[in-house]
Amino acid sequence: MSMIAENKKEFISRLSKTSISIPEELKSLAGATLENTDLPTTRNEHWKYTRVAKLSKIDFNNSAGNVQNIEDFIIDPTKATFVFVNGHYSTEFSSTKIPEGVTVELLSNSGMTSSIIKNEGEVFNALNTAHLIDGASITITNKAQVETPIQVIHILDGNEQLSNFKTVINAGAFSKANIVEGFFATKGSEKSFANVTSEIKVGANAFLTIDKVQFENEASFHISTEQIEQDKYSTFTINTITLNGGLVRNNLNVDVIGENCTTHLNGAYILKGKQHVDNHSIMDHKVPNCESHELYKGVMDENSTAVFNGKVYVRKDAQKINAFQSNRNVLLSDSAAVNSKPELEIYADDVKCSHGSTTGQLDDDAIFYLRARGLSRRAATQLLVSAFITEIIDHIENENVRAFTFNLLKKRYGWDITPEDFH
Amino acid sequence: MSNYTENELAKDLEDQEYEFGFTTDIESDKIPKGLSEEVIRFISAKKEEPQWLLDFRLDSFRKWKEMIEPEWAHVHYAKPDFQDISYYSAPKQTKKYESWDDVDPEMKETMKKLGISMEEQKRLTGTNVAVDFVMDSVSVATSFKSKLKELGIIFCSFSEAVQDYPELVRANMGTVVPSTDNFYAALNSAVFTDGSFCYIPKGVRCPMELSTYFRINEGGTGQFERTLVVADEGAYVSYLEGCTAPQRDENQLHAAVVELIAKDNAEIKYSTVQNWYPGDKNGVGGIFNFVTKRGICGTNSKISWTQVETGSAVTWKYPSCILKGDNSIGEFYSVAVTNHFQQADTGTKMIHLGKNTKSTIISKGISAGKSQNSYRGLVQIHKGATNSRNFSQCDSLLMTDECGAHTFPYIECKNSSSKIEHEATTSKIGEDQIFYCKQRGIGEEKAISLIVNGYCKEVLNQLPMEFAVEAQKLLSISLEGSVG
Amino acid sequence: MIKINNLHAKIEGKEILKGLNLEVKAGEIHAIMGPNGAGKSTLASVLAGREEYEVTEGSVDFDGADLLEMDTEDRAREGLFLAFQYPVEIPGVSNVNFLRTAINETREHKKEDPISAKDFMAMVREKSALVELDAKLASRSVNEGFSGGEKKRNEIFQMAMLNPKLAILDETDSGLDIDALRIVANGVNTLKSDKNATIVITHYQRLLDYIIPDFVHVLYDGKIVKTGTKELALELEEKGYDWIKAELAN
Repeated sequence: MSMIAENKKEFISRLSKTSISIPEELKSLAGATLENTDLPTTRNEHWKYTRVAKLSKIDFNNSAGNVQNIEDFIIDPTKATFVFVNGHYSTEFSSTKIPEGVTVELLSNSGMTSSIIKNEGEVFNALNTAHLIDGASITITNKAQVETPIQVIHILDGNEQLSNFKTVINAGAFSKANIVEGFFATKGSEKSFANVTSEIKVGANAFLTIDKVQFENEASFHISTEQIEQDKYSTFTINTITLNGGLVRNNLNVDVIGENCTTHLNGAYILKGKQHVDNHSIMDHKVPNCESHELYKGVMDENSTAVFNGKVYVRKDAQKINAFQSNRNVLLSDSAAVNSKPELEIYADDVKCSHGSTTGQLDDDAIFYLRARGLSRRAATQLLVSAFITEIIDHIENENVRAFTFNLLKKRYGWDITPEDFH
Repeated sequence: MSNYTENELAKDLEDQEYEFGFTTDIESDKIPKGLSEEVIRFISAKKEEPQWLLDFRLDSFRKWKEMIEPEWAHVHYAKPDFQDISYYSAPKQTKKYESWDDVDPEMKETMKKLGISMEEQKRLTGTNVAVDFVMDSVSVATSFKSKLKELGIIFCSFSEAVQDYPELVRANMGTVVPSTDNFYAALNSAVFTDGSFCYIPKGVRCPMELSTYFRINEGGTGQFERTLVVADEGAYVSYLEGCTAPQRDENQLHAAVVELIAKDNAEIKYSTVQNWYPGDKNGVGGIFNFVTKRGICGTNSKISWTQVETGSAVTWKYPSCILKGDNSIGEFYSVAVTNHFQQADTGTKMIHLGKNTKSTIISKGISAGKSQNSYRGLVQIHKGATNSRNFSQCDSLLMTDECGAHTFPYIECKNSSSKIEHEATTSKIGEDQIFYCKQRGIGEEKAISLIVNGYCKEVLNQLPMEFAVEAQKLLSISLEGSVG
Repeated sequence: MIKINNLHAKIEGKEILKGLNLEVKAGEIHAIMGPNGAGKSTLASVLAGREEYEVTEGSVDFDGADLLEMDTEDRAREGLFLAFQYPVEIPGVSNVNFLRTAINETREHKKEDPISAKDFMAMVREKSALVELDAKLASRSVNEGFSGGEKKRNEIFQMAMLNPKLAILDETDSGLDIDALRIVANGVNTLKSDKNATIVITHYQRLLDYIIPDFVHVLYDGKIVKTGTKELALELEEKGYDWIKAELAN
């Protein structure tokens, strides 16, 4: 333990403190956490299946990078695109024609006055707060129906880069918007680490959809925490697609604080090589009359490992909650592994909650059937895997995100299957 | 509507005494409170144990001292003071009984109140149940011994087994649950006083259900019994364990270890009805039930755990199967009921090591009052466990808005030809079902009892007949006046 | 048998029954018809004692007793039977066990001895034949996995077993094919005597070809607005309910 702690302090001491205007008490809270808390080990229940000790052995630093071309990283050819490299805003690549009803500010300009992210005892959040590089603060005006998606692209560039990056989203009452987030790494970037936080407030009656695509590289690290607060009658959807990244940990925490809300959490992860992807969600029903739907599906090949840990809380007196959670996994290789831990913690009685978890393989009969129709084993496998994962991708309403995702699947897995094949 | 409301009914029932809350007045041979090497040496000497067993105890004790009491379970309680417990309490009258007629009448009375008297058992089942009765850790009556002996079946108290079959005991004890397995198993290994031992020889099918009733009698005594069941190749045994404890104000600790060994082609069916004193309606008193139960399967063998848990203030229990042999089968059927301030954290572990291994988990939790009821289970499929299967169904039923029902499954798969399916649901007892029953003339209490028994059917069906009847009664008693 | 006087009832603050009057005598069959939302199922629920409904005014006399003062199960034990529009499934509880419990609870209520297993099983065989219910269904869990028609036949089977004074059939015909409808109606007709009575709640006239009512009532906006004989049902089938609305408007 002590060695880890020392190592941790070593790289932290070399990082410069954030220059963003953040309330002092937040800074000192984050500082105290970094001072007193070690990196989590697998003895910590929340990190039972994910080892992060190797982070402490890397000599992290931060620079603005030198990205030449971002063609491959544009998910949605929208006009409103904000590009950050290692956490630094890129004026060169950003095209900031912001649609009506939306304001976007850089955190380096606007600063932060408050935070809903937990800094106490959470090392990665504290690291993000204390050494924040920059980020985007997106505000959707009340009643604005925003047709154009807002796109935030984050790129890791160079070796041993640590980017502490943040997005803040405030969706006003009765508004509707789609935010697309992309996380990438340039070719050849080694051992770089995106440590990301998001603070998202969904106002009363608002509709907010986030499409998050993760495609860093097998030598990269990504840890993100999304903290969401939903006000009454709001609908929040997040689609998390993880296709590349060496070690990826997504913490998705949804607090439903207003009644009559709907929440959709969808995730797809398709892994190979030595990838390790850990999706950790907490769906917290604090008030009555709400529903939530969570569906995560994954396919693991080669030596990859996936972790799903989804918790649903129904707090005392939060009656009439319908909460559903499902995790489905397919293992394609004997060296691949999956750890699934769906959890229900229910303190109210008038509820309908369920979860399911399956782990298995593709249907042999189906593969045989396809081969009997002339498909190669490889093509048959690909077809069935695609069909399995398409259920998630089909949840994405934004066509450009869907097309981009299929394109990435082709790029990484050689799957030449367009979405149309499934409609 | 009548004036007699549900609340009044609940109030009437909450004064209901724990049915088995009485104390047997037999002078105990009890040592002072406290735990030390001396106490362990005393217990071992008292039981005239061989040196290897004393060494096993002392080694466990040394390891236990280094261990920390686990905190990961979803339960909250004041930790027991291990120096405030008396570790040995045997009824003073230690002579062995030649026949049932020789047993102390008061003790017979105790058994009668428990509803498990020999006469009752005989009447209910013909002569199909052999009972090894454990009262405060020392086995006082065994029956059907001679009949079992003919078949080469050994069924006796653990102490007797140590004296009469030391090699069998020595070769098997601690092989499934090592003394360092966990805090409570280590404690048990150091201080266990008695328990049951059962050996079924090769190819023998035990013709009757073997049954042990445990009960905690003496105030301030913990019960640390140990059960070891060995089914040799091709053998079969069905083993029943029932537990009750009289009403006591202070919490009492019960830390048992049960080890099952099913050799190749063998089958062990282990059924438990646990009705330890749960504490009163204010959460005062009750048993801490921290039990380690585990079985290991050889090739083509099967271990099936069935439990109906209605008692104890705090339960921490995970009857598990290590599916080591190819084609072996593990099953876990559980009903756990909590009421008032009871807390239960129970489930199973299915460890798939062999090829073509199968496991089934059916867990039904029922929470009432202000209780907390958690299912915690691990399904682990190792790399070599080709073509293994698991199916788990964990349902929780909530009776009031002040209780909690929680599900914590851990699913770990490292084999791509295996299949795991886990499903869990949590819901309230169906108001429309209660109304439907009432419209047919069935009163609310009876309706709830019917619905709950129906909900638990899959598990209750696994129990031998006479146990199922008792379990159904217990379910009804445990839930009386529980709907909010 | 039953006399409903100026019955008002509401659910979640909304008044559904607005002064309903109805008298049913022993030996009679009454049909209650009416458009959707008129309060037909509410009437059934209120009479059976569903707690979500609040009776704000009026009285119901059931064979000399105040029905509204009784608990649901006591109403049932005194001989009021409701055939549910949507029979409830009770997993794990066999039909037989369910019915024996119901019969014995009623017997206990009347200070009678429990029914013997032999008599009970004989009765199960006799009554299940009446509605052509496969004997196997009697040992299956209550309504679990039953088809729509089987559920409705099971309701009539239960009615036969419990032998009520007053049976209320709530939309028992909905979703039944013609064979099932005939079976259900045959069951009801066979059980009819001069000591019991039946209220048939239905949306369609079809059922009344098989169960001939003595009276047909039109329930509209929480009240009975028209009473006639079976010809009224035919008229309603032909002309719909609009003419009644028009008649009321004048």
